[in-house]
Amino acid sequence: MKKKRSIAGCIKEFWPATILTPVFVIGEVVFDVLIPTMTGKLLDEGVEAGSMHHIALYGLTVVAMALVALLLGALSGRFTAKASTGLSRNLRREMYANVQKFSFSNIDKYSTGGIITRLTTDVTNVQMAFMMIIRIAVRCPIMLICAWVMTFTINPQLALVFLVVIPVLALGLLFIMTRAHPIFERVFKKYDWMNNVVQENLLGIRVVKSFVREEHEKEKFGKVSKEIYLDFSKAEKILAFNSPLMQLCVAACILTVSWLGAHLIVDGSMTTGQLTSMFSYIMMILMNLMMLSMVVVMIVIARASAERITELLNEESDLQNGPNPIEKVKDGSVVFENVSFSYAKDPSKECLKDVNLTIKSGETVGILGGTGTSKTTLVQLIPRLYDATEGRVLVGGVDVRDYDMEALREQVAMVLQKNVLFSGTIKDNLRWGNKEATDEEMVRVCRLAQADPFIQEFPDKYDTYIEQGGSNVSGGQKQRLCIARALLKKPKILILDDSTSAVDTKTDALIRKAFREEIPETTKFIIAQRISSIEDADKILVMDGGRIAAMGTHAELLQTCDIYREIYESQTKGGSDDE
Amino acid sequence: MNKAPVNRKHVVGRLLSYVGRGYLALFVVVILCILVSAVASVSGSLFLGTLIDNYIVPLAAMANPDFSGLLRVILMMACLYLVGALCAFAYNRIMVTISQGVQKRIRDDLFGHMQTLPIKYFDTHAHGDVMSVYSNDVDTLRQMLSQSIPQVINSAMMILVTFVSMLATNLLLTGVVILCIIVMLLVTKFLAGRSGRYFVQQQVKLGDLNGYIEEMINGQKVVKVFCHEEEAQEGFDKVNDALCESADKANKYANILMPILINIGNVQYVIVAMAGGALALGGIDAGITLGTIATFLQLSKSFSNPISQISQQFNSVVMALAGAQRIFNLMDEPSEEDHGTVTLVNVSYDKDGQTLVETREHTNLWAWKVPQADGSFQYVKLAGDVRFDHVDFAYEEGKTILHDISLFAKPGQKLAFVGATGAGKTTITNLINRFYDIADGKIHYDGISINDIKKPDLRRSLGIVLQDTNLFTGTVRENIRYGNLDATDEEVEAAAVLANADDFIRRLPQGYDTMLTGNGANLSQGQRQLIAIARAAVADPPVMILDEATSSIDTRTEAIVQRGMDALMSGRTVFVIAHRLSTVRNSDAIMVLDHGRIVERGDHEDLIQQHGIYYQLYTGAFELE
Repeated sequence: MKKKRSIAGCIKEFWPATILTPVFVIGEVVFDVLIPTMTGKLLDEGVEAGSMHHIALYGLTVVAMALVALLLGALSGRFTAKASTGLSRNLRREMYANVQKFSFSNIDKYSTGGIITRLTTDVTNVQMAFMMIIRIAVRCPIMLICAWVMTFTINPQLALVFLVVIPVLALGLLFIMTRAHPIFERVFKKYDWMNNVVQENLLGIRVVKSFVREEHEKEKFGKVSKEIYLDFSKAEKILAFNSPLMQLCVAACILTVSWLGAHLIVDGSMTTGQLTSMFSYIMMILMNLMMLSMVVVMIVIARASAERITELLNEESDLQNGPNPIEKVKDGSVVFENVSFSYAKDPSKECLKDVNLTIKSGETVGILGGTGTSKTTLVQLIPRLYDATEGRVLVGGVDVRDYDMEALREQVAMVLQKNVLFSGTIKDNLRWGNKEATDEEMVRVCRLAQADPFIQEFPDKYDTYIEQGGSNVSGGQKQRLCIARALLKKPKILILDDSTSAVDTKTDALIRKAFREEIPETTKFIIAQRISSIEDADKILVMDGGRIAAMGTHAELLQTCDIYREIYESQTKGGSDDE
Repeated sequence: MNKAPVNRKHVVGRLLSYVGRGYLALFVVVILCILVSAVASVSGSLFLGTLIDNYIVPLAAMANPDFSGLLRVILMMACLYLVGALCAFAYNRIMVTISQGVQKRIRDDLFGHMQTLPIKYFDTHAHGDVMSVYSNDVDTLRQMLSQSIPQVINSAMMILVTFVSMLATNLLLTGVVILCIIVMLLVTKFLAGRSGRYFVQQQVKLGDLNGYIEEMINGQKVVKVFCHEEEAQEGFDKVNDALCESADKANKYANILMPILINIGNVQYVIVAMAGGALALGGIDAGITLGTIATFLQLSKSFSNPISQISQQFNSVVMALAGAQRIFNLMDEPSEEDHGTVTLVNVSYDKDGQTLVETREHTNLWAWKVPQADGSFQYVKLAGDVRFDHVDFAYEEGKTILHDISLFAKPGQKLAFVGATGAGKTTITNLINRFYDIADGKIHYDGISINDIKKPDLRRSLGIVLQDTNLFTGTVRENIRYGNLDATDEEVEAAAVLANADDFIRRLPQGYDTMLTGNGANLSQGQRQLIAIARAAVADPPVMILDEATSSIDTRTEAIVQRGMDALMSGRTVFVIAHRLSTVRNSDAIMVLDHGRIVERGDHEDLIQQHGIYYQLYTGAFELE
């Protein structure tokens, strides 16, 4: 069982700043108490007494104290900023690190919007609250206690009045917190929702505009925007009880003290001067309660955020390394043993059913099949992007779950159907395959992937900058760059998931020729729509409805498999004769 | 989003105008409530004097003290406090409505405006950065609106009252105070400038971070298959550290304001005492007595309390201004230009069976409503005739993508574009639906220059299936219905049958009511394309553009889809862009594009006979046989 990670656990190197802040705050408070006594003396012994000497003496003392107080205040402000922004930096960092370990079902659970809200909005809330906690929430209680102790020294009986108010205040705050908290929990879920709506709109803006659905989108957004408005208003309206409650409590104190104080004075057991000081301490208590109420508001909001952050920090990935992970992949052989798979982990919704398959190291395997016959699902089990629901997948004779995930994926290169390039130069993108790749190696794999010719045509060649998502290269160029990137890994298994669909047939053939000649020992899985892309494979799998419908060579399948023959004919028909 | 910053005063004005619009009355109530609660708290502090002078002292002098008078005044005060607290409660609650309402309106306005932006904006801005405006930047307004504004008004009122009392007490000493206030303002201005700059930077970096996370999570599969987690983390750390640095600086400058102001207040106290003392004792100003100095010093104390309260709100205000700057930057992005005047309307034939008459009913007949110089309208039947006349186009100046493209598509024709990727095929479709604009008169639709047609009307007349399939969160049914919001369930299902998607949809756990999330994450690429085709089919448009719409669909399914689409589009115009030649083979005309030029055109047989590029591409498929 892993230790549960907490927000405080992320303070780490910012502990000194976190501790120094309250220390400086305490220093500040000391001067906050001292300076008024000095100014009091200045007033009494200087001004009232008409002594310029005392005015100068106390005046200079106050100025000196003010300078020290200023320094302490500035330091506490400085360290508050450091500690709180540092904490939020660590929180984001730790969360992101955990997200990196996530499986895709983990990501689906949170949604991109949910992850983004947690890393930004929620962290900002916690940062604000933390800033207030280490500064104001330290300062105010100390001031409160000081003030209360002072009232106690004046008149213990009157000071007891405050004790009556405390439970009332506590109950009130408890009420506010318990009522507002569940609403805030809801609010942030709606933030996730809003983030998702905006993200989808941005991604699909071409669809929105082509179908002239701007109004529809606005309605969609308006709905979530309104939900946030309603929930937030509701929650903050509960918080609005906070400051009047504090005011009323203090007012009750003032009036009770006035009443009782009047009696005491009349009885002669207290002076009017003492009552005056009593009042100034009550005002001090009021001021600090007001500030505290602001902190309470922040804490109520941040509590919901903090829970969301801890949730993400402690989310365990569905895919974990075994106890003694194997680091070495022996060869590129692949075996599927009675493999079934369901994204929902629900046997009734299986999209792979009882697959058995044995591939020797170095073989080329073509995979063909209709749309939605689970071709992609099948190959995704090899680098363990998902775990089989039933049965085992073996690579190099070992169950993929027994490998160290990184070691396994180092040896299994996969070119995804949905290719993604990242913002950076071509070289930067290629280095994803191998950080230490030399220029010669890069050119070599680009030649293999038939990418070198078009790269040479760019003015900046291998230093050409690729925009986010690769929007400045064409689909076919993108695919070739992605293949080159995968080849740089020098993998034992190479999977191409429909990765030459945008490449013309001639280039496609050249790429396959290069594979055959240059990396013969690598096991190759090629998913394709075009029969020409796979007809020279050692084995061709024909997928149908999540099962392997047939397996064999091109010639065998033409003889035995109706589906295969049909596909073949649909692609060759019209070559010489017209339909 | 690093645009020239919107002027700060301008930002404040615009924010206030949001409060003014619709919430003016409420805001006036808020100010009144603040006034009342301020009066209550001021009289609270004055109460002490009254209590001692008018009640306690006389009572103490009495032999048989009667406390009923005291009780009365205490009850009166209790009422006053109660009213004050009620007012505080009221204005806090009303402020919530205003603050949340303003935020909602800003979000809605942002989104509404964003829908009008040109495609270019979306292509050149990181999505996560834009998302950050909606969440993080709008969020900065929350604290400022709901807490800072009432606090600042409240404190400002206290300051004003105190200041007036000061003026009444002594002019000369008030001068000293004014000097100190000027110093305070200067310090505040300096720190606000510093801190403001870094808060702006903080919001920008927050946007960058948002952008980074969004890009990386979208590419998470690639990150995984390349074991690139560490590098992704390094990249993240870089952005994260930059954010932390600017947040630290911003808050540092904001946080030191309060101690500085409080202590300037302390020093001011001393200066007043010394100056007053010197004046009084030196006999320079006869108006100053020791009593006035004492009173004045008390005033100067109650002066610094509200100032430190205001300075507490400082960082939320500066941060909100930084957020607002980014909000207004997005709102000020120029919208897509549309000077079109021609609209698309439903028509029916008049009694004579010739003339077209506009009708409100939903007919299957559409016409372009072209305004004439004399104010009347001419109706041109929507047919789907598209012509390109020597079109050149460049996304960036100097990098011409299309050269001298001329073509015509008559209703009922199927036109295909083939050619290597990067040859400019997608660009052509971007021009037809005016995602990008070109010079007037180069492209005609039913004889009307497309620049004269209102963009929404133009786009409504075109059904487009794009290269990258984007589905939305919602059920399969809702996704197909996106093409035509009025479509019945039967029409939706008929479109799915046509796109050959019906089979697999029915096999989904909840059939047509299966929820799709994350852009249809659990569907295969091909299935998503089939849904996109169904979505376009349900719109039933006169012109259809299929841009690599079947690239991930196997050839057998493609053939079925194609038969369905051909049936649907008979008599209408279809543009097909594809790599796969089997997709385009049965087109009426095939244009072979190369480096932005049409190098060959003709039908399949013509092109085969020409033995040109098309022939090579086509026979290339069988090269290995």
